[in-house]
Amino acid sequence: MEQAFFFYFAFVIAATSVLVVALRNPIYSTLALLIMFFHVAGLYVTLHAEFLAAVQIIVYAGAILVLYLFVVMLLNLKQDVRYHRQWPIAAVVGVSLAVEALILTAMKGWTTPAAATGTETAIAGVGNTETIGDVLYTTYLFPFEVASVILLVAMIGAIVLAKKDVGEREA
Amino acid sequence: MTVPLSYYLVLSGIMFLTGIIGVLLRRNIIIILLSIELMLNATNINFVAFSHYFHNVAGQVFVFFTLTVAAAEVAVGLAIIIALYRAKSTINIDEFQLLKW
Repeated sequence: MEQAFFFYFAFVIAATSVLVVALRNPIYSTLALLIMFFHVAGLYVTLHAEFLAAVQIIVYAGAILVLYLFVVMLLNLKQDVRYHRQWPIAAVVGVSLAVEALILTAMKGWTTPAAATGTETAIAGVGNTETIGDVLYTTYLFPFEVASVILLVAMIGAIVLAKKDVGEREA
Repeated sequence: MTVPLSYYLVLSGIMFLTGIIGVLLRRNIIIILLSIELMLNATNINFVAFSHYFHNVAGQVFVFFTLTVAAAEVAVGLAIIIALYRAKSTINIDEFQLLKW
């Protein structure tokens, strides 16, 4: 049962990620990415990361995708005529990386390694959200604050980049 | 019937490869940013899968930081695209050669 769910999600994720790259119309690519985000959220649920699944849908599908669609429609894009002329390089890089991944997985075998020791947290018992919040606000408090600074910098940068120059308004 | 960890790694490898090929192949800046999102999601799947199999919740916490960086990247990237479109009326990356010598 678990494997059936995994293969369904994996197949849709792989197919839509190929569609994102292959489709000519940017709006179709963005919508394919939306389907992919939903299925990644489903994969998180099968991995018992329910809170992350909800965050994935809210932040990725709800905020980031809407921003992409907004810009695509704002710019009124014409469709791409052809692919980049450096596609042979892309083919070489892609094929070599794929072969490397295949060789590495074939060499390592298919066994699951033993659980690592360290800051092991019992997820069962208390909820997934509670466990994440506990770790986020104690062990990872400083990275959490740095992340908020990153968001502030991104917000200021986006406003400065997207607004017109002040002198331009009078001209 | 549990799913081995390697299945998740292969899936995220496929996603990451697709993202790399998209960045190298496409000429539309928006598609390139979408491909970067693909790669970030591939790493997220890796984080969550390892977090599940090692019973360590730290992996899920790191997905949050990836999410933060992705949101910042989208905000700044789309602002840059709008500024570029205003300057050149196109988003084909072959047209932007200002930094080439």
